[in-house]
Parts: sequence; structure tokens; C-alpha cells
Amino acid sequence: MAIRDVTRARATPSGTDDAAVVITDVSKRFRMYRERNQSLKAALMRRGRAHYDEFWALKDVSLVIPRGSTFGLIGENGSGKSTLLKCIAKILQPNSGSIVSTGSMAALLELGSGFHPELSGRENVFLNGSILGLSRRALAERFDEIVDFAGVRDFIDQPVKNYSSGMYVRLGFSVAINVDPDILLVDEVLAVGDAGFQAKCMEKFAEFRAQGKTVIIVSHAMETMRSMCDQVAWLEHGRLQSVGKPDELVDTYVDTGHADRETTAEGATRWGSGEARIERFELLDSHGGAVSAVRTGDTVTVRLHYRTTQPIDRPVFGLAIETLDGVYVWASHTRDAGYVPDRITGNGAVDFTVPRLMLLPGTYDFHASVVDYTTQHTYDFIRRVHRFDVDHGSPRESGGIVSLGGTWGNLTGPEQLPAHVDRVDP
Amino acid sequence: MTLRSTDARGVRELLVNLTLREVRGKYKRTALGQLWSLLNPLATMVIFTIVFGQLLRVEVEPGDPSGIDVFALWLMCGLVPWTFMSNAVTTGMSALVANANLVTKVYFRREVLVAATVFSWNVTLAMELLVLAVALLLFGAMPLPWLPLVLVLVVLLTAFALGVALMLAVANVYFRDTQHFLSIFMQFWFYATPIVYPVTLVPDTVTFLGVSWPVDTIYRLNPLERFVTAFRALLYDNRLPELADVMYCLGSAAVALGLGWLVFRRYEPRLAEEL
Repeated sequence: MAIRDVTRARATPSGTDDAAVVITDVSKRFRMYRERNQSLKAALMRRGRAHYDEFWALKDVSLVIPRGSTFGLIGENGSGKSTLLKCIAKILQPNSGSIVSTGSMAALLELGSGFHPELSGRENVFLNGSILGLSRRALAERFDEIVDFAGVRDFIDQPVKNYSSGMYVRLGFSVAINVDPDILLVDEVLAVGDAGFQAKCMEKFAEFRAQGKTVIIVSHAMETMRSMCDQVAWLEHGRLQSVGKPDELVDTYVDTGHADRETTAEGATRWGSGEARIERFELLDSHGGAVSAVRTGDTVTVRLHYRTTQPIDRPVFGLAIETLDGVYVWASHTRDAGYVPDRITGNGAVDFTVPRLMLLPGTYDFHASVVDYTTQHTYDFIRRVHRFDVDHGSPRESGGIVSLGGTWGNLTGPEQLPAHVDRVDP
Repeated sequence: MTLRSTDARGVRELLVNLTLREVRGKYKRTALGQLWSLLNPLATMVIFTIVFGQLLRVEVEPGDPSGIDVFALWLMCGLVPWTFMSNAVTTGMSALVANANLVTKVYFRREVLVAATVFSWNVTLAMELLVLAVALLLFGAMPLPWLPLVLVLVVLLTAFALGVALMLAVANVYFRDTQHFLSIFMQFWFYATPIVYPVTLVPDTVTFLGVSWPVDTIYRLNPLERFVTAFRALLYDNRLPELADVMYCLGSAAVALGLGWLVFRRYEPRLAEEL
């Protein structure tokens, strides 16, 4: 395994001359107040001494982030990766150690966080831009680009409170990405908007990297990290575990970082209390034969075989589909569908039948679950329980994920020659 | 190694933009818009004139040398600066907590938030002073030559309010009691300042518990007393204020701003995690 350890990463031959950010022995302590009510009375009662527990969100972290690289920070929730990002962004100040960054910096920690709901999109672009550090002149120059990128041209003079949440984050992202810093800090904001907008974002990031700018990303989307990053640092409980190439490190992380979860043969992860378990997942065609590849428009049935260790009242079975890069395509569970058995015992199976599979060609993953009626308690959840390919079928549509099965027609115009319209018969 | 927003021009632009946000956001979705900023003091003026001028019959001396004798205008010459200070300090104090989402997500000079809130009230103050000047003209006073000096006082009062707001904004992050405490303190402060009654009503000494207290001296420690007196001298009386009063205004503004700045700088790095 060619993962460089911390000390070797610190002593990379590139040294610190080509570094965008040099992090040296950074520690950050948080105080968890036991009786924090932020009142003067409380402060007086304990005579100025607050009762708190200390907790090291970061401990002796040293890292060199090379200029022009795309650098990922991975780790479980609470591992300190977001804290480290905020320290780099100077939002938080470390208790010890130093962080030296070279070049201008912008942080995409929350999109549109400076928006004033009553002000128009236009006013907010200028406001948010100047909060992020863009001058008025630069903003005026890029205004059209920002608005077009976000796709909110028609609504730009409306108050942003009338925006849909998608428009809101798109505009926020668009302003932030156009700040055009030397170092861009990104925290879990890649998952904004629809697939089309995501593709535009990815393009923008690629452009960014091509210009030799540094991107530092925190994300849970391991596939994205694997494909985007040049280097990844893995944090655990505030300490740096290792630094290395994403291919190797992400695999190691997924394997060991989820040690408490079982990893199934196909690389799926699974968790749950286990009173009910999904024993087998079958994807069947209309004749009941198992298939791994299907076509758009096919009739398919998913059969979930379950086993229980004790009687389970009102269980809820669920299925979801994601694309390989983590776009959440679809989900359904038996509670919303109004199909909840009173009780299951022993072994059995349940079918989910799709009359026409309206997914366009591509590779998709199924997730399957059994949860209780409140959906708050998980008996069993298997991510990526089954991977399948969708091939061209009918309807044949040009791109994207879903098929809408629509038809073109009613051509009108000054010279209609309907005879010349090619008919595509299904 | 700096963000654009930390250099001087960036800070200035950000300050202007945030101030505009405050000004524009204040009366959004109201039919009367910015007119409200004039209607509010007007309503206060009517109420106070009836209560203190008509019912309680507070006697005020005519303007010297302007010669005008209108209680409502005399009142406004003190009330307008007071209202500015009170609003600026109260909202400036809440600026950090109100913008917690920004403070915890974006790095920029945080004092800009407090300053923008304070400066947004300068816009209101300017409008009120303008209307007041016109009203004074109509009633026979001549405040126009004194307006440059009024401007100097406005700058000093703004510095004073900004300093106090900076201190309280930090305190309010750590102790949310601050805002409730302040609203009580503001009431006390209002009546401890000669706005609805003249200074001449304040006795020199009061004997209490067998001790003679120099009430007037204590009373005059209040910086707002000096500010209000100086504003009145310029606007209502149309004469130069006492040099001592102006120096006191200058001194208190410098002390408040300096102290506010130090306190803010000292606690600024930890704001994001305390919010």
C-alpha cells in the first residue's frame, strides 16, 4: 500500500515553496458547556468559572497542501475535517499551531448565507459578492455570467425569498464560484441542484484546476472525492490518519472507516439492529428470470427476501436508486405506498413491480432497507445492494437519467410540411 | 495572504453594501417605506409635546439668540440625536447574533457588521435632521450656518455609538441577557438625559441620608447630556456650544470607540464558535 504517512507527507520534496496552505501542528479545542444558557446569572452563580468539558476537535495536525492541487479531507462526522476547513478559512482560530496560506481565498461553506430574503437577486449578488471579497467593479463585470450560470435571469429583480430552494443555492454557488480566488474551500456543497447544474459545477471546478488554482474539499461523497482529488487526507477523531492518493486512501477509508459496519461482497455497506434482515435481493424480468441488465421500458420486479429473528410489527420495506456518482434518483417504501403488513415472522419475501422502467441508459445502484413504522429505527439497511445496467430500449430519449415517455408533435409555422417530418415508429 | 475583503478598499465596499442592505431591508414591504423613519419620531414628538409641554407644562427658555419658543422643536433638537444613538446601540449590539449564519460561514472583518448597522441609522438621522432644520427655519431660527458643526457632532456621536455597540455586541454573544438589560438601561438613560426637560430643572445638590450629593456634577458625567446640550445650542439657540461640552463629547467618543475596538479585537477570534 503506497499511502504516505504523515511525517513523509510533511517532508514532501516540494517543500513549502509550492504550497498553497501549510498547516503546522494545529490543535483546536472546543468547550462543550454543560449548562450553557448564556445568561449573566449563570455566569455570576458560578463566579466566572464555566462548567464545560473540553474536547479536541483537532490535535497536532500538520499538512502541506500543494498549490494547484485538488485536496480532499475525508473522515467520519465529528472527525474534525470541517473544523480544519474553517480554521483554514480563518473563521475559527486554532488554539495552537499555525496555518499559513498563500493567495486569496474563498470559502463555500454555505451557499447564499449572506442573502437578505427581502432584497432582490440583483442586490444580493452584489451584497454576497462583497461579503466573499469581490469588488464592485469585478462584480459588475461578471454579473451576467453569474446570473446565467445560476439560470435565474427571469427572476433576478425579484426578492430572493420568492426563489425556490434550488434557485437560491444555485445563485449562491454562482456568486461564490465567480469570486475566483486562488484557494477555494468547499464543504459538502457539491450536491446542489439538478444533474445539469452539477455538471456545470464540475466543469467550473475543472476550469479552476486547469488555471492552477487550489481546491480543498470536504465531502462524504467518496466517488466524487475519488474522481476529483489529487490528494486526500484522512482525519479521525481530530488526528491526521494518513495522506495519500485518493484511489488507495478512499478504499482503505471505506474499508476500515466503516469498521463497525459490515461490508458485503460487492462493496456495499450495511447497518441496522438486525431483528429483520434482507437476505437476498433479486432483480427479475417479466417472466420471473433473474437479470442484471435491463432496457428502458422493461417490466421488472425486485424481490426482497427477508429473515426475522423475532416477530416484527408493521415493518416498512424500502428501495432507492442512485447513480454511480451519487445522484439520488428515486425511492419508495411500503408505508408511503400504503402496503404495510401487520406483522412478519420467520422468512419471506416481498415484491416491488415496475410496469415500465423509466430510467435512461446508465449504471445504477439499488439500496434496500427494512425499518420500523416510524422509519426512525433501522432493522437493516444495505447500500448498493445491487448494481444494474440499463440499456437502450423504448422509449428512446436523448440524455439524462429519467425517461418521460413524451411525444413530439403539433408542429406549426408558416410553412408546414408534415409529410417531411420523419416518423419514428416505436 | 489576505482575502480581498480584508484590505482597505474591500472593507469599505463591504461596509457600504452591508449598510445599504440594512437601510433597504429596514422598511421593505411597507407601503410607506423610508417615510416610517420620519413618522416614528414625529409620533414621539406629538406624544411628548402633549404630555410634557401641555400637561406637565415643562418650561423651556426661548432660543438664545434665535428667539424661537416652540416646545416641540426644542424637544426634537434633543430627541433626534438621542433616538439615533439609542437605535444604533440597540441594533448594533444585536448585529453579530442576528448575522450568526454569516459569522460562522464566511470570514470577513466582523466589526463591519456592527458598523453597517450603526451607519444605517445615520441615513435616518440625516433625513430627520434635514426635516428638523426646515421646521426650525419655518419657525424663525437660522440653523443653516451651524450645520457643518452639527455634522461634526454627528460624527462624534456616531463614533460614540459605534464604540458602545462594539462592546455590547461582543457581550451579547457571550451573554444574551445583555439585550434585555440594555432595554431597561436605555429607559433610565433617556430620563437621565435632558431631552424632555431642561437641565435647569436638575438641582445642584440634594441632601439624602444626611449627606449632600453633588447631583449636578454627577448628572453632567453623562456624555449624552453633553451631546444633547451641544446639539441644542447649535440647532435651537443658533450659537456655539460650550467648548467644554464639545471636548467632553470628543473625549467620550474617543474613549468609547477605543475601548470598543480593543474589546472587539480581543474577543473577535472566538466569536464564530461562541455563536
